[in-house]
Amino acid sequence: MTGRVHSIQSLGTVDGPGVRFVVFLQGCPLRCKCCHNPDTWAVDGGTTYTAEDIVEKAGRYRDYFGKEGGITLSGGEPLLQSDFVREVFTLCREKGIHTCLDTSGCIFNNAVEELLAVTDRVLLDIKYTEEELYRENVGCSLQSVLDFLAYLDAQNIPTTLRQVIIPTVNDTEENIVNLKTIAKQHPCVDMVELLPFRKICQTKYDAMGLGFPFGEKEEPTADTMKALNTLLQR
Amino acid sequence: MEQNYWNGFVTGHWQEEIDVRDFIQKNYKEYTGDSTFLAGATARTTALMDKVQALFKEERKRGGVLDIDTETVTSLTSYAPGYLDKENELIVGLQTDEPLKRGVNPFGGIRMARQACAAYGYKLSEKIEEEFHYRTTHNDGVFRAYTEEMRLARRSHVITGLPDAYGRGRIIGDYRRVALYGVDRLIAEKKKDKVKLGEEDFTTAKIRLTEELHRQISFLGHLKEMAAMYGFDISQPAKNAKEAIQWTYFAYLAAIKEQNGAAMSLGRVATFFDIYIERDIQNGILTEETAQELFDDFVMKLRLARHLRTPEYNALFGGDPMWITEAVGGMGEDGRTLVTKSSFRILNTLYTLGSSPEPNLTVLWSEQLPEGFKKFCAKVSVDTDSIQYENDDIMRPIHGDDYAIACCVSAMTIGKQMQFFGARCNLAKLLLIAINGGYDTTSDIHIGPQLPVLEGKTLNFDAVMKRYKIYISWMAHLYVNTMNVIHYMHDKYAYEKIQMALHDTEVERLMAFGIAGLSVVADSLSAIKFAQVTPIKDDNGFIVDFKTVGEFPKFGNDDDRVDLLAKDMTQLFITELRKTPTYRKAVHTLSVLTITSNVMYGKNTGSTPDGRKAAEPFAPGANPMHNREENGALASLNSVAKLSYDDCRDGISNTFSITPETLGKTDEQRVDNLVNILDGYFAKKAHHINVNVLNRETLIKAYENPEEYPNLTIRVSGYAVNFNKLSREQQREVISRTFHETI
Repeated sequence: MTGRVHSIQSLGTVDGPGVRFVVFLQGCPLRCKCCHNPDTWAVDGGTTYTAEDIVEKAGRYRDYFGKEGGITLSGGEPLLQSDFVREVFTLCREKGIHTCLDTSGCIFNNAVEELLAVTDRVLLDIKYTEEELYRENVGCSLQSVLDFLAYLDAQNIPTTLRQVIIPTVNDTEENIVNLKTIAKQHPCVDMVELLPFRKICQTKYDAMGLGFPFGEKEEPTADTMKALNTLLQR
Repeated sequence: MEQNYWNGFVTGHWQEEIDVRDFIQKNYKEYTGDSTFLAGATARTTALMDKVQALFKEERKRGGVLDIDTETVTSLTSYAPGYLDKENELIVGLQTDEPLKRGVNPFGGIRMARQACAAYGYKLSEKIEEEFHYRTTHNDGVFRAYTEEMRLARRSHVITGLPDAYGRGRIIGDYRRVALYGVDRLIAEKKKDKVKLGEEDFTTAKIRLTEELHRQISFLGHLKEMAAMYGFDISQPAKNAKEAIQWTYFAYLAAIKEQNGAAMSLGRVATFFDIYIERDIQNGILTEETAQELFDDFVMKLRLARHLRTPEYNALFGGDPMWITEAVGGMGEDGRTLVTKSSFRILNTLYTLGSSPEPNLTVLWSEQLPEGFKKFCAKVSVDTDSIQYENDDIMRPIHGDDYAIACCVSAMTIGKQMQFFGARCNLAKLLLIAINGGYDTTSDIHIGPQLPVLEGKTLNFDAVMKRYKIYISWMAHLYVNTMNVIHYMHDKYAYEKIQMALHDTEVERLMAFGIAGLSVVADSLSAIKFAQVTPIKDDNGFIVDFKTVGEFPKFGNDDDRVDLLAKDMTQLFITELRKTPTYRKAVHTLSVLTITSNVMYGKNTGSTPDGRKAAEPFAPGANPMHNREENGALASLNSVAKLSYDDCRDGISNTFSITPETLGKTDEQRVDNLVNILDGYFAKKAHHINVNVLNRETLIKAYENPEEYPNLTIRVSGYAVNFNKLSREQQREVISRTFHETI
């Protein structure tokens, strides 16, 4: 079984608990206007690896994982390659390596179910809390993500809800309140993370000759993030 | 009578013979808790430190040197006692009669002393010039014996930084002995040794050692005199913690008054002091606050230590360093940790006094270290960028559990091993010399075996390796011989009397060779092996550049194809070095460490097949070349960890810079992640790591507005420096290094 990999980061500390080996997979069905990795969109790019290759590489970093760390498969959208991810995770679990999936939750099928059966934690990127914003800025429905979340709940898979905060789009109190409500309704969610929107990816868009849809938006200030986080914790 | 000094201590072999380790093992109290017990700076400490900061500011204002006493040759007793603040300081003693005033030490070489004075607008006095006119210095001796080839090697910079014109340093006296035994007992033991030596066959070696003992004993006398000038009688053991620190500091002070050594390291004193501190706390003499004050004062004195050096020296070893290295923590052979509350206290000085490059605090890391200590160390790294880590689990089996670090990464058993320091050979330049058949295009010098320039439209890996091995073999022989000359002469003309007096009479000697440019060589060989490297010749038919086409694996990506080329290179070099016998039967060791000289080595090296252009800096130490790491920080660490400590017993230096955001989202996560990274790296049997947690932007701001960042400390290669004390060129190189960051 092989998969298409965009890149590998041997030290990941922001995508899941502890020190993690992060594999960014190639290919994404969404076209989020805030996307900071447009170079992962194309489904036919990337470098081909076998699942064994990936697990062998991850194994080289086991000594660094400590009690919490492990492997994270991100993207792109890893659910486009669910069989591959399932095989990587299965092999990792055999070796006792903690598995973490970073996804938008926009795809659901049998292969995804099988993949989730060998997933220790999901980082669910819930882009917005309003259907309209999803339609406008993502290209899939909020409902499909909520269904995905309901399935995680049913399977009792620990989940981190994540959302990128973009000024003038979702940096509102109302959004945070909604997010808290969703978290509360799903006991599998044990953590909510707000990530500041960043524009350093502008160079990637330029290099690809594409326009950055949210290129005109501001990055949120540290104060904004702090205020929203305080609201979230309250 | 001794009972008074040693009251309350567990008795043992340490009373029968000089055996500080036995004393520590029988008396120290391990501490496995966290840092919450620590006290902050008192008003007294802060006021004193303000004075120190004001002096530092004035020193910076005057171009890096506050003042020079050009009339006096430094020695233990040649200056009147000096004070920072006589009324308020707890630990006393300065190198000269005033803080930060530098003494001159012409014993290594008068020319260096003269140039150093001139560089800062001073003139060495006629009196000293006259005196040394009739005196042979170490430098004079070396150049009497150097062969033509040694001079050429030096001039072409294929070997650079040799201690042939300055003090070799890298010797750690067991300064604790003075506190535990008092000077009189040490003199008595040395006299006994001398008598015993006289009963053996009096060979050249024994006669030399006997004369050395005579000089050691004489300087132990001077040490007592020096202390007496400050009003202390150190003939007897220290009675309490304050005296133990003072006695130990006097011994160290005597060493830096006597020697202007490249690295004047301290050893491993914190846990030793802890025994006295615990006793005093129990007896109600000290509180946590006053115990911290003693450490604060001691460390403040260490921060005031200075040597007078030339700008050329600073170009190699930037930042005006002393390498007052103190080894902290580690495990004991019996499985107890050697971490005590005082291990925390000495690190805590980075908070009570602010961050600082000196003393060079070096944590001996073991997987078994208590969790609370690991976390505190990681926190100190995240907050101050001032400490480094070395792998206790690979050094302890070789050096026991009472070793320390000289300079940056050189382990030696305290009082039982010493080192002959030997700078480093530029392996990348040697590769170019080999390809050009014994011609160095940068210096225009013919050196080594004279062979034809390597043939072929593109470079063939096997042919290059065959040729390179010829030159490595030649270089290794020349390098050992050169070192033998240097250390014979250093022993003869600049013998370290007080430091060797604080060693056992019979010591094991290590001869420390070094290499620079390892990652450049590894990547160049990889390029030759996996890509197409076309040599470009000048009009005279010498290869001056390369055109490299195609992909090739680069060191720093956890790729065995190139990482093992680097590993094999270190093994090849040490194996060749071992073929030539050393002066005084020293054990050959090898380091992969450049300090800041990677800039200078690069400057003196032509374009290399890896794509590095002529004069561009090398990566420091064993680091991968800048910005060639594509798989993130841990892949880079794994590559360096493959270099074997068995081949490089003098240390493998790795400098690791990471942005705070990459290390984790919160301070707590950063600390936990750093602990895991250190555990993981050392589990792979890696040797050393410098940790910087900072943003490149901070360095750029400091580069542009130095006055706004007077105390910015960063780890460079085996030591820490005040960023502002680096040359502009060194600063630019540091800024250009890889900062591990993720988006």
